[in-house]
Amino acid sequence: MRDQPEQQAPPVQRLRIRYAKRGRLRFTSHRDFSRAFERAIFRARVPMAYSSGFNPHPRISYAGAAPTGSASEAEYLEIGLAEVQDPEVVRRALEESLPDGLDVVEVVEAPGGSLADLLEASHWLLDLDVAPEAAGPAVETFLAAETVPVQRMTKKGLRDFDCRAAVVALAAEPRDGGTRLDLVLRHGVPSVRPDDVLAGLASVGGLEVAGAPLLTRLAQGPLDPATGEIGDPLHR
Amino acid sequence: MSASANVPESVFPRLEPRLPSVSKPIQYVGGELNSTVKDWDCGAVTPEGETVRWALMYPDAYEVGLPNQGVQILYEVLNERDWIVAERTYAVWPDMERVMREGDAQGPIPQFTVDAHRPVRAFDLFGLSFSTELGYTNMLNALDLAGIPLHAADRGDDDPIVLAGGHAAFNPEPIADFVDAAVLGDGEEVVLAISEVVREWKVEGRPGGRDEVLRRLAVSGGVYVPRFYDVVYAEDGTIEAVVPNRPGIPFRVRKHTLMDLDAWPYPAKPLVPLAETVHERFSVEIFRGCTRGCRFCQAGMITRPVRERSIKTIGDMVENGIRKSGFEEVGLLSLSSADHTEIGDIAKGLGDRYEGSNVSLSLPSTRVDAFNITLANEFSRNGRRSGLTFAPEGGSERMRRVINKMVTEEDLVRTVAAAYSHGWRQVKLYFMCGLPTETDEDVLAIADLAKLVIAKGREVSGRNDIRCTVSIGGFVPKPHTPFQWAAQLDHETTDERLKKLRDTVRDDKRFGRAIGFRYHDGKPGTIEGLLSRGDRRVGAVIEQVWRDGGRFDGWSEHFSYERWVSSADAALAGTGVDLAWFTTREREYDEVLPWDHLDSGLDKDWLWADWEDALAAADGSDVEVEDCRWTPCYDCGVCPEMGTEIQIGPTGQQLLPLSVV
Repeated sequence: MRDQPEQQAPPVQRLRIRYAKRGRLRFTSHRDFSRAFERAIFRARVPMAYSSGFNPHPRISYAGAAPTGSASEAEYLEIGLAEVQDPEVVRRALEESLPDGLDVVEVVEAPGGSLADLLEASHWLLDLDVAPEAAGPAVETFLAAETVPVQRMTKKGLRDFDCRAAVVALAAEPRDGGTRLDLVLRHGVPSVRPDDVLAGLASVGGLEVAGAPLLTRLAQGPLDPATGEIGDPLHR
Repeated sequence: MSASANVPESVFPRLEPRLPSVSKPIQYVGGELNSTVKDWDCGAVTPEGETVRWALMYPDAYEVGLPNQGVQILYEVLNERDWIVAERTYAVWPDMERVMREGDAQGPIPQFTVDAHRPVRAFDLFGLSFSTELGYTNMLNALDLAGIPLHAADRGDDDPIVLAGGHAAFNPEPIADFVDAAVLGDGEEVVLAISEVVREWKVEGRPGGRDEVLRRLAVSGGVYVPRFYDVVYAEDGTIEAVVPNRPGIPFRVRKHTLMDLDAWPYPAKPLVPLAETVHERFSVEIFRGCTRGCRFCQAGMITRPVRERSIKTIGDMVENGIRKSGFEEVGLLSLSSADHTEIGDIAKGLGDRYEGSNVSLSLPSTRVDAFNITLANEFSRNGRRSGLTFAPEGGSERMRRVINKMVTEEDLVRTVAAAYSHGWRQVKLYFMCGLPTETDEDVLAIADLAKLVIAKGREVSGRNDIRCTVSIGGFVPKPHTPFQWAAQLDHETTDERLKKLRDTVRDDKRFGRAIGFRYHDGKPGTIEGLLSRGDRRVGAVIEQVWRDGGRFDGWSEHFSYERWVSSADAALAGTGVDLAWFTTREREYDEVLPWDHLDSGLDKDWLWADWEDALAAADGSDVEVEDCRWTPCYDCGVCPEMGTEIQIGPTGQQLLPLSVV
């Protein structure tokens, strides 16, 4: 009979990490990123805590990953360590071992509690190839609407849902002959993504976007309901 | 004149807006860890002042092509030279092909490299590595997307030299119209030699154009340039002769053999993709070549002699590879890994080094041998246990004698007993169907063997949850093997035999449910057979298939047998030969085979004698070819012909523990 493998010790320290997905590596899917990250911590010799069982995995929890193809300055994850480390040392080691474009921005010690619960909303920039004269009125119509029903193909089939309620703020400004949308989206169920808002702008505002817009998440964190501002989840 | 004026523009800005619309876009963006992007004119500052540029292609999807060792090694060896640029390209999926052909305001987007997204047509050389013949249509597609004329005869001085390598290049005749050149054997040294010839020609101002640089490559005797050979056919459709059509071109072209693998410890900078690929591990080739003498095995015949890496180099390569890549799984590769003279010490040494870490080791190709269970135990010390696969190849003792794979039933039972008693619950057995002289009974014997394995497993483990998976592949006769004269079994009979076997296994009340059964139908094997043993006339078939939309023939969801059959009918009409002529026809001793002018080192008379021995063994004769590593030379011809020798240990060294920095 095979013996059960030894139980692994629980982590002695948890670190929270903010990283960015930039340039062409924005096409990295979440699964791709998690493989790359696991290899990077091994190369960097970060003393990870492992899960128990026949196939021990390093303890990593991901939260709120951006869709494949969108850039992000604010992705978050948490790792469990087997030895206490200086967060700055870990940051430098990871920066060294991740490919350019997957960049570690900040590492801090976790105070406990759930990281995912802190990520209540996101701040997005959407660069569109449309004239500001067309985008402005569409945004106004969108904001004036009570609900904006849209459809999206999900793993469970075509779903109908409202994309208006999740929009905390939306504004259009001219940029390089096109339009930049500034969008604050509240996370929830069903989760509303920036491309759902674009679908909503098309359906209620008649805004047709050619090509693939560049989406960038600037921030992710707790939402101040009074001001609509997004706080820093690593410094509360 | 500033050289930088000619730097081809990256196509990435044209690609980027379309990437969100294709599946798995990450496979087209490059940027892999340890990948290299060099200055297009890096050679300008060297004494010769010239740069030689290679686009290297593995003609399959990125997820299959990226892990390929051959391409990774050549990419690294070439890029180490300060006057060479090497970039990689892979076959694009149909959705990306549509995007590229549709293009944008500038026109279609050409086949590009993933490193700097340069158009393939801008390179001096376009090298393709063919592990399998089923990549030929992907080559045509890449040429067409690149804007390079399909036919070598139509190319001009601005087109790259299209060069084929890999195991399939030991018979490049079916693609002779499409490639400018082919290289046989190990690539490490010859790619550098080719680069030097091309550099010299460029430095001289490209005298004589394309024809002259190809002539210079051909006269060396180490690069095959099909256009310098004429093929004459006889009345009956066979080849009458293959002869050089200009002075100075050698009658035969020889393969390349790398000696002293310790001097070439590549890959040293393993590529780590962001995209998921078929092999998520770091692999070290522990030796090259195999002299076991299995008659069906083309790899074993064309890679002789055996050349081992030493235990020390293997240890260094493993440590370097996992540190540079971050892979925690290490594969020790070769054609029969347990045959390394120091495999026991390697296994123990690596096991000791990585004890307590999550680094796991695997030994992909192993023989049926109880010793291998000890090794497998060593490799699963940290609790991870990969599957055990054994390849008896033939179901009956008679069949195994025909193919010279001398594994007895007792060997197999002893081995699996050891495996099951050490805690393994499942073993995989690999067999072939369609071997020469095979009958239904030989194939049905596979079922008996599988039942025996389950019975033994239940007995030694005392448990009922023992499983055995039987995988069966169709046998395809290959050039440069003793079976190169054999008739391939037609796919109808192959499928009938497999059905009988499946029914026999299924109907067994005691064991049927414990035996898994995996096989493919015989049709793809027939096409592989056509491409393996075809001659230049088969080129028209490949072209017709590609024009009809054929791509990714190695993928069952893309492969169309009907397309190949109708294309063969159309393209071979009037030649007097057909699909069956190339596949199910047995060849005679004095037939000129399409690859006879390509020298693998094997003596054709030895191959024929071995073929006759196989037929004698089929009738009960007891002749065995033993491994020349441990018994006297049996005169296959390779070492004297190629000026090579067996390089094996033991060195007597041990792996020392690593001190952690």
